[in-house]
Amino acid sequence: MPTSNEHILHSYDEELSRLKGELGRMGQIAVAQIEASMDVLERRDSRAAERVILNDEAIDQLEASVSHDVLLLLARRQPMARDLREVMAALRIAADIERIGDYAANVAKRSMALNLSAPIAPAANLPALTETAVELVRDVLVAYREGDAELARLVWERDVELDALYTSLFRELLTYMMEDPRNITPATHVLFMAKNIERIGDHATNIAENVWFLVNGTPLQEPRKKGDLTSTPAIDPERAPHG
Amino acid sequence: MSATPRIHPRAEPGETAATAGMGAIKIDVRSLNFHYGRFQALKDVSIQIEERQVTAFIGPSGCGKSTLLRTFNRMFEIYPEQRAEGEILVDGENILRSKKDIALIRAKIGMVFQKPTPFPMSIFENIAFGIRLYEKLSKAEMHVRVEGCLRQAALWDEVKDKLHQTGTSLSGGQQQRLCIARAVAIKPEIVLLDEPCSALDPISTAKVEEMIEELKNNYTVVIVTHNMQQAARVSDKTAFMYLGELIEFGDTEKIFTKPDKKQTEDYITGRFG
Repeated sequence: MPTSNEHILHSYDEELSRLKGELGRMGQIAVAQIEASMDVLERRDSRAAERVILNDEAIDQLEASVSHDVLLLLARRQPMARDLREVMAALRIAADIERIGDYAANVAKRSMALNLSAPIAPAANLPALTETAVELVRDVLVAYREGDAELARLVWERDVELDALYTSLFRELLTYMMEDPRNITPATHVLFMAKNIERIGDHATNIAENVWFLVNGTPLQEPRKKGDLTSTPAIDPERAPHG
Repeated sequence: MSATPRIHPRAEPGETAATAGMGAIKIDVRSLNFHYGRFQALKDVSIQIEERQVTAFIGPSGCGKSTLLRTFNRMFEIYPEQRAEGEILVDGENILRSKKDIALIRAKIGMVFQKPTPFPMSIFENIAFGIRLYEKLSKAEMHVRVEGCLRQAALWDEVKDKLHQTGTSLSGGQQQRLCIARAVAIKPEIVLLDEPCSALDPISTAKVEEMIEELKNNYTVVIVTHNMQQAARVSDKTAFMYLGELIEFGDTEKIFTKPDKKQTEDYITGRFG
């Protein structure tokens, strides 16, 4: 039986690869934004932080463009099977990348607040946390681009590392705040920044789940280890979705 | 005609690929081979069609889907050189070897074709004609029956003031709905639809699809369609055929979202050919 990986209608292939391209660009910008937010934090550069916040607009625009293209594709092509999963995954992954961009901008915004007080030591742990988050996002974007479900599953499993780093930073910050009340304001900002970065990891695992579903057509469901223990009721009754 | 559903024992586990999780089987096709002269149009097809469900046959032109549909009422017998080997059990009885009058088998099975084929008689008579062959009804009873059939076909409001005009005066979509009304007028158990919407506009198509959903409550429906979205919309089970073979058969939801076979995937996503 004649089979091929291309559609009989070439314009259909073009529309699907355009979608993939847009997501690729969104992902690249998001990774650059996370790295830039760490850079402005380390350099205590509030003006550069403002630029990071403004850059988020580029990701939002690409997300709007993905939504528009998905709408047209559904209307024109009525995709089936893998194509349908491809389109659904694109829409959902775009939303996750958009949130990742928001978190990067939030980190930059808080770095400006942090610059108003003297540097505190625990902030020095943020880059390590961010490095792990960036790795997860990078890998999951490669998994999406290459259709590599196994790599996606690895990212999904590795989120536990990020959670563990976040938990240890959380404890360190608590100690700081208890030691000296003057640390409370900057430590709270650092805590929110850490939470934002930890949430980036959660969105990377969402993307991983979508890549898995896209490739296999079945949900990724193994009991995943949770490394973030800070949200147990005794400490934090509300596990807020955004920081 | 008995309307009592006959429950058949489920097939042995693993007997065919097409048996998993099924309800009562209305049509059980076993190792069916079909020849047009020397050309073999169906190759060892086994499929089980569930009662009161809509089953769609899809596949490219010449894959054997219409041929398979037409074996269910032995339509092929009207042509020489066409022969079927294997078994087609309808309610457990092999219709290929049945000694019953073929008209009785066909009365149980209504069929609608690609092009509307109203009889050259009035709209009313198009429906009443078939009923009269099997039942003796008073004039009043017949009126009630004809109205009921036309209502079921969502055609009543459009034709109630011109029941004595000829059926061929209707639009294509109306003619097709008239044909479906005619097919169900004799209260069949199975309704076979061979590309019933391929000559219809989208509005008429939607009305026919609405009817199909309605028909499911009382009949076992089998539809051949080239319109994959239609198969995805109206059917519970879908069979994909290619070059006379049944490639994949399963829940419509699964076939159109995550088919098992690459050939099915290539066909439904338009990568075929």
